Amino acid sequence: MRWLWIDKFTEFTSRTSATTVKNVTMAEEHLHDLYPDFPIVPHSLIIEGMAQTAGILVGEARNFQEKVILAKIGKATFHRLVRPGDTLTLSAKIDQLSDQGASTSGTVKIGDELVAEIELMFSHIDNNLAGLEFPEHNFVFTDQFTELLKGYRTNTPVRI
Amino acid sequence: MAMTRDEIYKKVQAVLVDALGVDEEEVTPNAVIRDDLGAESIDFLDIMFRLEKAFGIKIPRGEMIPENLANNPEVVQNGVVTTKGIGELKSRMPHSDFSEFEKDPKLDNMSKLFTVNAIVNYVEGKLKAA
Repeated sequence: MRWLWIDKFTEFTSRTSATTVKNVTMAEEHLHDLYPDFPIVPHSLIIEGMAQTAGILVGEARNFQEKVILAKIGKATFHRLVRPGDTLTLSAKIDQLSDQGASTSGTVKIGDELVAEIELMFSHIDNNLAGLEFPEHNFVFTDQFTELLKGYRTNTPVRI
Repeated sequence: MAMTRDEIYKKVQAVLVDALGVDEEEVTPNAVIRDDLGAESIDFLDIMFRLEKAFGIKIPRGEMIPENLANNPEVVQNGVVTTKGIGELKSRMPHSDFSEFEKDPKLDNMSKLFTVNAIVNYVEGKLKAA
């Protein structure tokens, strides 16, 4: 099973941009590991959140036919810490998209306050690692990921 | 107004500094992108994306760096690029200097064809053709 860290999409414009929200909760186990007396979200995890947001955006641009892998972190600048109770807004846009991959840039914010600026590069691995064979099925975009996007597209309150 | 070669060089230098995390002083005209500047395979896609953005050009796949040549037995035999292969490479990489490579045309030396100067030549050609 793959691990999904972002909670939901709040904006999605195919081939262009996407925004997600992540609510940080004390219930996340890793928060107790890094600095037990001062729980913070590790920067690497915030990059993972951006990789999931931007990665789904890049995958959708080719109808999830490509196996999209995070290939390079071009830039990751952090301006403040993220702590339990914070709500992150992760905004990504596609800067370039080709047969071989894509580059994206984006910001992470809490309210109006800038948390991080992150630039990523994704590879369409079937087009780049010549000679290496990967499984036929798309192991990157499992149902978990695509369901998250479906949830955005059919976003109506669930009443009981 | 057309960019001078020096202006192109400065921009290419900035692209390589950003893409590879190297110092400006390391990016000399004859520096080999892989061997001297430490580029790995995925960096080449990054460099192409950044060049496209910096110069407003489109780099078709395989144009700046030819692909799939090494698997062709007419091009490479026993780890050495054949005479026919060198001709093929020259026609596909007119931006590269082959004088050193031709003295010892081992497949392993092919990466030496891709230098900072080769990128500047390639971009200069693209901008002239535009």
